[in-house]
Amino acid sequence: MAMRVGIDLVSVDAVRQSIDEHGERYLKRIYTDSELDDCRLEDGFCAERLAARFAAKEATLKVLRPQDEAVPWRMMKIVRHGAGWLELELSGRAAALAADAGLSGFALSISHEPGFASAVVVAEVDLRNAPGRPMMDP
Amino acid sequence: MTKEIRRIITEYGRLSVDITALPVDADLYQAGMTSHASIDVMLALEDHFDVEFPDGMLTRSAFESITAIEAALLKLRAEAAVR
Repeated sequence: MAMRVGIDLVSVDAVRQSIDEHGERYLKRIYTDSELDDCRLEDGFCAERLAARFAAKEATLKVLRPQDEAVPWRMMKIVRHGAGWLELELSGRAAALAADAGLSGFALSISHEPGFASAVVVAEVDLRNAPGRPMMDP
Repeated sequence: MTKEIRRIITEYGRLSVDITALPVDADLYQAGMTSHASIDVMLALEDHFDVEFPDGMLTRSAFESITAIEAALLKLRAEAAVR
Protein backbone atom coordinates (compact mmCIF):
# COMPACT_ATOMS: atom_id res chain seq x y z
CA MET A 1 0.00 0.00 0.00
CA ALA A 2 1.43 3.35 -1.06
CA MET A 3 0.87 6.52 0.95
CA ARG A 4 0.75 10.22 0.22
CA VAL A 5 1.55 12.86 2.83
CA GLY A 6 1.08 16.63 2.94
CA ILE A 7 2.26 19.15 5.52
CA ASP A 8 1.73 22.89 5.90
CA LEU A 9 2.67 25.69 8.27
CA VAL A 10 0.66 28.90 8.62
CA SER A 11 1.38 32.14 10.43
CA VAL A 12 -1.30 32.85 13.02
CA ASP A 13 -0.68 36.58 12.64
CA ALA A 14 -1.39 36.31 8.91
CA VAL A 15 -4.79 34.79 9.67
CA ARG A 16 -5.49 37.41 12.33
CA GLN A 17 -4.65 40.19 9.87
CA SER A 18 -6.86 38.63 7.19
CA ILE A 19 -9.77 38.63 9.62
CA ASP A 20 -9.05 42.26 10.53
CA GLU A 21 -8.68 43.35 6.89
CA HIS A 22 -11.36 41.31 5.15
CA GLY A 23 -13.64 40.06 7.93
CA GLU A 24 -16.58 37.94 6.85
CA ARG A 25 -15.46 37.84 3.20
CA TYR A 26 -12.27 36.07 4.23
CA LEU A 27 -13.97 33.78 6.71
CA LYS A 28 -16.84 32.71 4.46
CA ARG A 29 -14.57 32.17 1.45
CA ILE A 30 -12.23 29.77 3.22
CA TYR A 31 -14.01 28.07 6.10
CA THR A 32 -17.27 26.14 6.34
CA ASP A 33 -19.95 27.17 8.82
CA SER A 34 -19.10 24.26 11.11
CA GLU A 35 -15.40 25.12 11.03
CA LEU A 36 -16.24 28.68 12.00
CA ASP A 37 -18.44 27.40 14.82
CA ASP A 38 -15.51 25.27 16.07
CA CYS A 39 -13.26 28.34 16.11
CA ARG A 40 -15.73 30.86 17.52
CA LEU A 41 -14.97 32.69 20.74
CA GLU A 42 -17.23 34.95 22.75
CA ASP A 43 -15.62 38.02 21.16
CA GLY A 44 -14.63 36.77 17.71
CA PHE A 45 -12.63 33.86 16.35
CA CYS A 46 -9.60 31.93 17.57
CA ALA A 47 -6.94 32.75 14.95
CA GLU A 48 -4.79 29.79 16.05
CA ARG A 49 -7.58 27.29 15.36
CA LEU A 50 -8.42 28.92 12.03
CA ALA A 51 -4.76 28.90 11.02
CA ALA A 52 -4.55 25.18 11.87
CA ARG A 53 -7.59 24.50 9.70
CA PHE A 54 -6.13 26.49 6.84
CA ALA A 55 -2.90 24.51 7.20
CA ALA A 56 -4.97 21.31 7.07
CA LYS A 57 -6.63 22.42 3.81
CA GLU A 58 -3.25 23.24 2.27
CA ALA A 59 -1.80 19.94 3.47
CA THR A 60 -4.78 18.21 1.87
CA LEU A 61 -4.05 19.93 -1.44
CA LYS A 62 -0.52 18.56 -1.27
CA VAL A 63 -2.01 15.09 -0.97
CA LEU A 64 -4.58 15.64 -3.73
CA ARG A 65 -1.98 17.14 -6.12
CA PRO A 66 -4.52 19.00 -8.26
CA GLN A 67 -2.00 20.27 -10.85
CA ASP A 68 -3.49 23.64 -11.79
CA GLU A 69 -7.09 22.83 -11.02
CA ALA A 70 -9.18 25.01 -8.72
CA VAL A 71 -10.21 23.25 -5.52
CA PRO A 72 -12.36 25.54 -3.35
CA TRP A 73 -11.17 25.53 0.25
CA ARG A 74 -14.67 24.84 1.58
CA MET A 75 -14.66 21.49 -0.23
CA MET A 76 -12.01 20.34 2.25
CA LYS A 77 -13.82 20.39 5.56
CA ILE A 78 -12.17 19.77 8.92
CA VAL A 79 -14.66 18.13 11.25
CA ARG A 80 -14.13 18.21 15.00
CA HIS A 81 -15.52 15.32 16.97
CA GLY A 82 -16.83 15.69 20.49
CA ALA A 83 -13.80 14.09 22.10
CA GLY A 84 -11.51 16.54 20.31
CA TRP A 85 -9.99 14.68 17.38
CA LEU A 86 -10.34 15.91 13.81
CA GLU A 87 -11.30 14.27 10.57
CA LEU A 88 -11.25 15.39 6.98
CA GLU A 89 -14.42 15.46 4.88
CA LEU A 90 -14.01 16.03 1.15
CA SER A 91 -16.73 17.09 -1.25
CA GLY A 92 -17.12 18.29 -4.83
CA ARG A 93 -13.89 18.64 -6.79
CA ALA A 94 -11.75 17.64 -3.80
CA ALA A 95 -13.60 14.34 -3.44
CA ALA A 96 -13.40 13.74 -7.20
CA LEU A 97 -9.64 14.29 -7.21
CA ALA A 98 -9.26 11.86 -4.32
CA ALA A 99 -11.34 9.25 -6.15
CA ASP A 100 -9.44 9.76 -9.41
CA ALA A 101 -6.13 9.20 -7.62
CA GLY A 102 -7.43 6.19 -5.67
CA LEU A 103 -7.00 7.98 -2.34
CA SER A 104 -8.77 6.81 0.80
CA GLY A 105 -8.21 6.51 4.53
CA PHE A 106 -7.40 10.18 5.01
CA ALA A 107 -6.00 11.03 8.43
CA LEU A 108 -5.26 14.47 9.82
CA SER A 109 -3.37 15.98 12.72
CA ILE A 110 -2.97 19.65 13.59
CA SER A 111 -1.00 21.63 16.12
CA HIS A 112 -0.80 25.29 17.03
CA GLU A 113 1.08 27.71 19.21
CA PRO A 114 0.61 31.49 19.45
CA GLY A 115 2.84 32.12 16.40
CA PHE A 116 2.27 29.25 14.02
CA ALA A 117 -0.14 26.44 13.23
CA SER A 118 0.69 23.29 11.34
CA ALA A 119 -1.12 20.29 9.92
CA VAL A 120 -0.24 16.92 8.46
CA VAL A 121 -2.54 14.90 6.22
CA VAL A 122 -1.89 11.34 5.04
CA ALA A 123 -3.89 9.10 2.73
CA GLU A 124 -3.62 5.61 1.38
CA VAL A 125 -3.20 5.21 -2.37
CA ASP A 126 -4.83 2.21 -3.93
CA LEU A 127 -4.37 2.39 -7.67
CA ARG A 128 -6.76 -0.54 -8.12
CA ASN A 129 -9.58 1.74 -6.92
CA ALA A 130 -8.71 4.58 -9.23
CA PRO A 131 -11.13 4.86 -12.16
CA GLY A 132 -9.39 4.99 -15.50
CA ARG A 133 -6.24 3.36 -14.19
CA PRO A 134 -4.92 0.20 -15.78
CA MET A 135 -5.80 -2.97 -13.88
CA MET A 136 -2.98 -4.28 -11.71
CA ASP A 137 -2.07 -7.87 -11.16
CA PRO A 138 -3.27 -9.21 -7.80
CA MET B 1 -3.66 48.30 -13.96
CA THR B 2 -0.16 46.86 -13.54
CA LYS B 3 0.75 49.65 -11.13
CA GLU B 4 -2.34 49.00 -8.99
CA ILE B 5 -1.72 45.24 -8.95
CA ARG B 6 1.85 45.87 -7.90
CA ARG B 7 0.68 48.13 -5.07
CA ILE B 8 -1.80 45.52 -3.82
CA ILE B 9 0.85 42.78 -3.92
CA THR B 10 3.21 45.08 -2.00
CA GLU B 11 0.56 45.58 0.67
CA TYR B 12 -0.84 42.05 0.93
CA GLY B 13 1.55 39.63 -0.75
CA ARG B 14 4.13 39.48 2.08
CA LEU B 15 6.92 38.95 -0.41
CA SER B 16 10.43 38.35 0.79
CA VAL B 17 11.86 40.53 -1.97
CA ASP B 18 11.36 44.10 -3.19
CA ILE B 19 8.42 43.96 -5.57
CA THR B 20 9.43 47.13 -7.40
CA ALA B 21 12.39 45.19 -8.77
CA LEU B 22 10.30 42.20 -9.86
CA PRO B 23 9.50 41.74 -13.57
CA VAL B 24 5.82 41.42 -14.37
CA ASP B 25 6.26 37.77 -15.25
CA ALA B 26 8.27 36.84 -12.14
CA ASP B 27 6.86 33.96 -10.09
CA LEU B 28 5.31 35.52 -6.99
CA TYR B 29 5.34 32.21 -5.08
CA GLN B 30 9.07 31.91 -5.73
CA ALA B 31 9.35 35.47 -4.43
CA GLY B 32 7.86 34.39 -1.11
CA MET B 33 4.09 34.76 -1.48
CA THR B 34 2.35 32.04 0.53
CA SER B 35 -0.97 30.44 -0.39
CA HIS B 36 -2.54 32.31 2.50
CA ALA B 37 -1.11 35.64 1.34
CA SER B 38 -2.51 34.96 -2.14
CA ILE B 39 -5.98 34.96 -0.57
CA ASP B 40 -5.38 38.41 0.88
CA VAL B 41 -4.16 39.56 -2.53
CA MET B 42 -7.28 38.09 -4.16
CA LEU B 43 -9.65 39.76 -1.70
CA ALA B 44 -7.86 43.10 -2.03
CA LEU B 45 -8.02 42.84 -5.84
CA GLU B 46 -11.75 42.15 -5.60
CA ASP B 47 -12.22 45.23 -3.42
CA HIS B 48 -10.15 47.48 -5.62
CA PHE B 49 -11.37 46.36 -9.05
CA ASP B 50 -14.94 45.59 -7.98
CA VAL B 51 -14.87 42.04 -9.29
CA GLU B 52 -15.30 38.60 -7.77
CA PHE B 53 -13.05 35.68 -8.58
CA PRO B 54 -15.28 32.62 -9.07
CA ASP B 55 -14.13 29.36 -7.47
CA GLY B 56 -13.13 28.00 -10.87
CA MET B 57 -10.54 30.75 -11.31
CA LEU B 58 -8.84 30.20 -7.97
CA THR B 59 -5.91 28.29 -9.35
CA ARG B 60 -2.30 28.68 -8.36
CA SER B 61 -1.39 29.90 -11.84
CA ALA B 62 -3.99 32.71 -11.79
CA PHE B 63 -1.99 34.47 -9.05
CA GLU B 64 1.54 33.41 -9.88
CA SER B 65 2.66 36.65 -11.54
CA ILE B 66 1.56 40.23 -12.15
CA THR B 67 0.92 39.30 -15.78
CA ALA B 68 -1.27 36.36 -14.78
CA ILE B 69 -3.26 38.47 -12.31
CA GLU B 70 -3.79 41.17 -14.93
CA ALA B 71 -5.01 38.57 -17.42
CA ALA B 72 -7.45 37.17 -14.86
CA LEU B 73 -8.80 40.61 -14.04
CA LEU B 74 -9.23 41.50 -17.71
CA LYS B 75 -11.10 38.22 -18.24
CA LEU B 76 -13.42 38.97 -15.31
CA ARG B 77 -14.09 42.47 -16.60
CA ALA B 78 -14.80 41.17 -20.10
CA GLU B 79 -17.23 38.58 -18.71
CA ALA B 80 -18.95 41.24 -16.60
CA ALA B 81 -19.30 43.51 -19.65
CA VAL B 82 -21.27 40.95 -21.67
CA ARG B 83 -23.69 40.20 -18.81
